[in-house]
Amino acid sequence: MTQDAHGGSGSRNHYENVPCPFCGILCDDIEIGPTADGLKVLKNGCAKSISGFERRVPAASPQIAGRDVPLAEAIREAARLLKASRLPLFTGLGTDVAGMQAVLAAADKAGGVVDHALSDSSYRNYRVLQSSGWVMTTLTEARNRADLFIIVATDLTKLHPRFFERIVCNDKSMFSDVPPKRTVVLLGDGLDASAVAGARIGEVVTLPVKADRIGEVIDALRAMSKGFTPSGDDIGGLTRASVEDLLARCKAANYGVIAWSPSSLAFPSADLTVQAICEFVKEINATSRFAGLPLGGSEASTTAGAVCAWQTGFPLRVSFASGKIQYDVDRYAASSMVTSKESDLIIWIATFAADFTPPDTDTPLILIATPGVKTARTPAVSIPVGTPGVDHTGSVMRVDSSVTLPLRKVRQSSLPSAADVVAQIEAAL
Amino acid sequence: MLIKLTGGKVYDPINGVDGEVRDIFVENGRIVSPSPTAKVDQEYALHGRVVMAGGIDPHTHIGGGKATIARMLMPEDHIGDEIPSTALMRAGSGNAIPSTLTAGYRYAEMGYTAAFEPAMLPSNARQTHLELGDTPIIDKGAFVMLGSDDFFLRQLAGKADFSAIKDYIAWTMQATQALAVKVVNPGGISAFKFNQRKLDLDEKHVYYGVTPRDILLTLARGLEELGVAHPLHVHGCNLGVPGGVETTLATIRGSQGLPIHLTHIQFHSYDTEGDMKFSSGAARVAEAVNTHKNISIDIGQVMFGQTCTASGDTMRQFVNTRSANPKKWVVMDIECDAGCGVIPFKYRDTSFVNALQWAIGLELFLLVNDPWRIFLTTDHPNGGPFTCYPHLIRLLMDKAFRKDMAQKINQDALKYSTLEALDREYTLYEIAILTRSAPAKSLGLKDRGHLGAGACADITVYEDIPDREAMFTTPELVFKNGELIVRNGKIVKIVRGATHVARPSYDKSIERTLKTYFDDYLTVRMDNFRLGNDEIINGGRGELIVQPTGVRTA
Repeated sequence: MTQDAHGGSGSRNHYENVPCPFCGILCDDIEIGPTADGLKVLKNGCAKSISGFERRVPAASPQIAGRDVPLAEAIREAARLLKASRLPLFTGLGTDVAGMQAVLAAADKAGGVVDHALSDSSYRNYRVLQSSGWVMTTLTEARNRADLFIIVATDLTKLHPRFFERIVCNDKSMFSDVPPKRTVVLLGDGLDASAVAGARIGEVVTLPVKADRIGEVIDALRAMSKGFTPSGDDIGGLTRASVEDLLARCKAANYGVIAWSPSSLAFPSADLTVQAICEFVKEINATSRFAGLPLGGSEASTTAGAVCAWQTGFPLRVSFASGKIQYDVDRYAASSMVTSKESDLIIWIATFAADFTPPDTDTPLILIATPGVKTARTPAVSIPVGTPGVDHTGSVMRVDSSVTLPLRKVRQSSLPSAADVVAQIEAAL
Repeated sequence: MLIKLTGGKVYDPINGVDGEVRDIFVENGRIVSPSPTAKVDQEYALHGRVVMAGGIDPHTHIGGGKATIARMLMPEDHIGDEIPSTALMRAGSGNAIPSTLTAGYRYAEMGYTAAFEPAMLPSNARQTHLELGDTPIIDKGAFVMLGSDDFFLRQLAGKADFSAIKDYIAWTMQATQALAVKVVNPGGISAFKFNQRKLDLDEKHVYYGVTPRDILLTLARGLEELGVAHPLHVHGCNLGVPGGVETTLATIRGSQGLPIHLTHIQFHSYDTEGDMKFSSGAARVAEAVNTHKNISIDIGQVMFGQTCTASGDTMRQFVNTRSANPKKWVVMDIECDAGCGVIPFKYRDTSFVNALQWAIGLELFLLVNDPWRIFLTTDHPNGGPFTCYPHLIRLLMDKAFRKDMAQKINQDALKYSTLEALDREYTLYEIAILTRSAPAKSLGLKDRGHLGAGACADITVYEDIPDREAMFTTPELVFKNGELIVRNGKIVKIVRGATHVARPSYDKSIERTLKTYFDDYLTVRMDNFRLGNDEIINGGRGELIVQPTGVRTA
């Protein structure tokens, strides 16, 4: 057994306590061993970590317009395209802290726009933060303290396959040798409760509501909590009695946690649903404790938002085009910039999952990605890079914005990091 | 290369130099005493100029989770205050809560060469250091927060062996790369998670049964016995509470002679006289500080204008959400470790309460006799942004200016403070103590904060003009590690500052207990929690300096 840089033990190519960057909750207890041609998740794996760590990465060369070239030539061509671009868009942004730092430096120099490709989801939360704020908690706090979990709209089995195992169904709790049983409420449409089981779990309450009607339920909770009585017996498709029952559970909880991924609230003005949840949580806190728990954070979107905020003052959707930072949550949203073709060059960074693919558009593309990311059209420049936490070290932030974890190098790889590649492009500008 | 700074009036309190005309020599980043025949390669003629060591801010919230939450919460703090990139500097933004790069530039432009983040949550240490790593030019470091974390509270409630508690303190400092330890509302952040809304000095934590007094004394004694230079950095109970002065006095009197630093003490000096039941307790606090030589303080001066408060004190910040302006705020419980509360505030000079807060801060500055035990802070950004320091210095040095300013504020407030009766004016020598020498000494930075041979050549040169605000806003020259980085208040070179840490010793066996704790309860493994040296220094982000600690006793 040897000690690696972070003190984790492991023989050659056998690693314990490996942090997994393939979803936003960053489990860091993965055990990984080698196989003849790759890695195998030996312990504490889930569908996401297995597909992430065990994926066979095809051999790939830097390319210019589909033609293999040496890395230095691809970097020169990328820099040439950036210099010629009127408004480059740095997006995708599935990368680690160092990758984001490099992107911001390059965008500053090149006069580009920076936005994560999944920020339409993130902004359902950011808009609420910027207009009214919230009371939030984090994974460890929820794991030890919560006696009521309300899961809103989010199919956690798919999004974070180990969330229930690690945060809800855990046997041990800090505050009691015989911790009280937990109530888990699934508020949403077709949510899978099969993983909510075990000695810790008391009641599991399923309240089927379409995502775009959850706001109605929360508004009713707020109104009832203030002594008003909503009319009718259809509250977002639920009966009044079931909403009253939910309110009673919230009020009775010692520490309630309401969790959602904004990616599951994919309908117009969904930020208003998030805001209703957050205001409800604030109001309960006047007398008892309750907190929100943000989930999701796929493709390191939490990391991208945080690094951009500390370096620029704004969580993404910034432009450096005028020399000064301009922030505009509508104008500089990557999704709308791609559709409206406001940008004449897209730099797409995708270092984690191979299915994080750039949009199909005729805007020229510089692809800086893990080998295997498919594109609808041939990129102007393509530079294969490593995956942080697999091919090289790094750090990423957990979806609850409290913890940043170190990522390890767990296989031999000659692929450069996205941070190195972007820094080299910047240096060539 | 030998550099000579010729003929400046030197204010170097650590070496007892009070405005004497002296030459200073710099070589290889250090201040040196060369032989009289040594060849000078470069000379700066500083006749008539004021020369001090670079400024040191011992308490400024510039990095870590709550700072970035504040940045995200307040785009209006940044819009209209964008700073374009230049050939040297990256773009940035912000006034009360500037972006990291901008914060580094602004400190340097103001003649400061070091700033310390006082509230690093252990669980957030990696992010804190990443942000400090993105803060250029200045030296930095962080104080790790203990006292509301469940591991410590379990130790204390379980009457753990005191040496094990010390092992835990030392282990946490090393694992999080901290320079010092801070306690915030001792036990109160945890108590709030159990729905306890108030926790006075001798009130019991509803779950653990321990009191803030137990927590304070244990941590203060622990740090003393571990040989950590900076005393326990205390954000006391009852922040912002009218009548909180009684708790502050009880804390000072109960300190048992242990070295304790009471931070942003202005917020803890409120009495309850008058119709508004809100008055200054500054005179009483100052008297207690004057007679208790084991106590040091910083002020947390309130400056009028828009800011955004960011604190670990969830219990008190939740109450303060009523005063949020604009009306939005964040309160977070974090990782069985601590929490944070981020609330925008607008301090208005027409407001009775805000005007009195302003007066109380100034009273404390003027009534505490020993400048070696008082540091100049606004608790950035909580009382106001650090860029207000030159204005604050003028308020302290210029009685007429202070009285003019006092005319402009809510006049009722002045009736409940002794400010108008105070004629003291700080000297340049005393300002040098408050803004560099005393913080350096308190933090254990032996080669910072002075200009003696061997010191790091962090040097600030000011024009000696009567308008002290203008003087301290725009230093003529600033040197970092002997390199000229600022000329006439403008950056001319970007360098990387160091990160200062302290590493008191611990018995490795504490890791067995900790590993079980991490495995059973937390969502991060102990091995991944620990922050490696390479994570701070990689990518040319500046060196790591381990400051010496004294010998551990027992």
